[in-house]
Amino acid sequence: MLGPNGAGKTTSISLMLGLRQPTAGRARLFGLPPTDRRARSRCGVMLQESGTTSVLTVREIVDVFRTYYPAPLPAERALSMAGLTEQAGARVGTLSGGQRQRLYFALAICGDPDILFLDEPTVGMDVEARRAFTASIHTLSGTGKTIVFTTHYLREAEELARRIIVIDRGAVIADASPQELKARVPGKKITLVAGRPFAPGELDGLPARVLYVVGERASLLSNEPAAVLRELFRRGVDMVDLEVTGADLEEAFLALTRRSEDAA
Amino acid sequence: MTASAPRPAAGPDVAPLGRMLWAQTWSELRIRWRIPAFSLTIVALPVLFFTFFGLPYATQTLPDGTSLGAYLLASFAAYSVGSVMVFGFGIGVATERGLKVDVLMRATPLPPYIAILAKVLNALAYALLSLVILIGYGIVVGGIRQDLTVWLDMIARLLAGSVPFIALGFAIGYLCGPNVAPAVANLVYLPLSFASGLFMPLSQLPGFVRGIAPYLPAYHYGQLGWSALGANTERLPVSLAWLTGYTLLFLAIAVRAYRQEESRKFG
Repeated sequence: MLGPNGAGKTTSISLMLGLRQPTAGRARLFGLPPTDRRARSRCGVMLQESGTTSVLTVREIVDVFRTYYPAPLPAERALSMAGLTEQAGARVGTLSGGQRQRLYFALAICGDPDILFLDEPTVGMDVEARRAFTASIHTLSGTGKTIVFTTHYLREAEELARRIIVIDRGAVIADASPQELKARVPGKKITLVAGRPFAPGELDGLPARVLYVVGERASLLSNEPAAVLRELFRRGVDMVDLEVTGADLEEAFLALTRRSEDAA
Repeated sequence: MTASAPRPAAGPDVAPLGRMLWAQTWSELRIRWRIPAFSLTIVALPVLFFTFFGLPYATQTLPDGTSLGAYLLASFAAYSVGSVMVFGFGIGVATERGLKVDVLMRATPLPPYIAILAKVLNALAYALLSLVILIGYGIVVGGIRQDLTVWLDMIARLLAGSVPFIALGFAIGYLCGPNVAPAVANLVYLPLSFASGLFMPLSQLPGFVRGIAPYLPAYHYGQLGWSALGANTERLPVSLAWLTGYTLLFLAIAVRAYRQEESRKFG
């Protein structure tokens, strides 16, 4: 689930977990109300702004959480998947922010759940932790687990997700695979440097969406890069440098949220 | 590898509650034990208070023939159990709310009543520990002698009657933040104990205090302890009725504060 801050990602997760009640409609997990203990026994969760007691050790708190689930993972396995093997004997209060985030991941997976809900899981993780986390996600999804996670890191969604739901201000504005999402929005990015600064309005009327114009630099999104270039040559724009690349998810996302802004 | 094994069709849907309760209680015990501010206070303070206010009179007897030492030991035993409940639940719940432990726990399969039951069992265990140390101290150092059955009876009555203080603890824990809860717990519980005759017999307190004591929960709770010695001044059913009433009142306050927070936090 991808969206900017305030898009409604956490609210959506809370509804799916039964932590909030919908004003209309209903949420079901495995055909059960999400508050049902049978449903909860098959989910693992990692929430933003949640905490644990600080005086237990990592191993102790993982062991307590394992008793909540009918068929938990061995504690060593949960700890190694979260990259916390070395901190097993450390008290929770002594962990760094990144290690704490890994602990919440260990608590989410220790019950060997069928579905994982991870709300902004990589916030506060350092590069190393993030790499380990990515590897664990691929391992888990390879064993048939469903993983629902929220992020506002576009790169992260592109790397990890098979299906991306883009939400903005409480509304779904796209629901597709990363590839489909790219196909649906301007697929090429044209970046060019002109011999002189662009005049205001000089790039109007092109079959493209202008990403930015700064001095003599401009970036455009388009599905017809050839037509754009023809028109630029016809207008006599003198180009010093030119690059046409495939748009990445960030740009696809920008185009999608802009469209919803235009409609509003 | 467990992760790749499909969940067996005949496997249980949920984890056994007994195992959860045991693990939860055991972890609560360890958590409390590792917070010296709690473990030392609940063990040391009653003994300290008894040393100052009880030991000097340990060998005297009341007009009705009851040992004053045993009477005061019962008073401080009541104070001690009440303090375990009010401080344990009040500060414990407020601290957990401060750390946002509750946010994550709400999403786990742990039923809330198991979590609460574990807290109660944990508090009863610490209350028992505190009583054994205090009464043992009174026997060994104060030379206070009663039949073993009297002491056991007193312990049983005080543990069973501690419910209103659990409710008071919950009320403080849900009304106050983690920084305010200890102060509020002290401000409520210490004057309450004092005015209820737990620190010194009511007969030695000012007249207006004697006037309000019969309306206080700690006064009727003290009666439970004194009744084990046959030294209660209120009929037991009357005290039990008062304690039940206060339990309902404190629970109502706690539930109200809990609901308000729920609606604020989770809409």
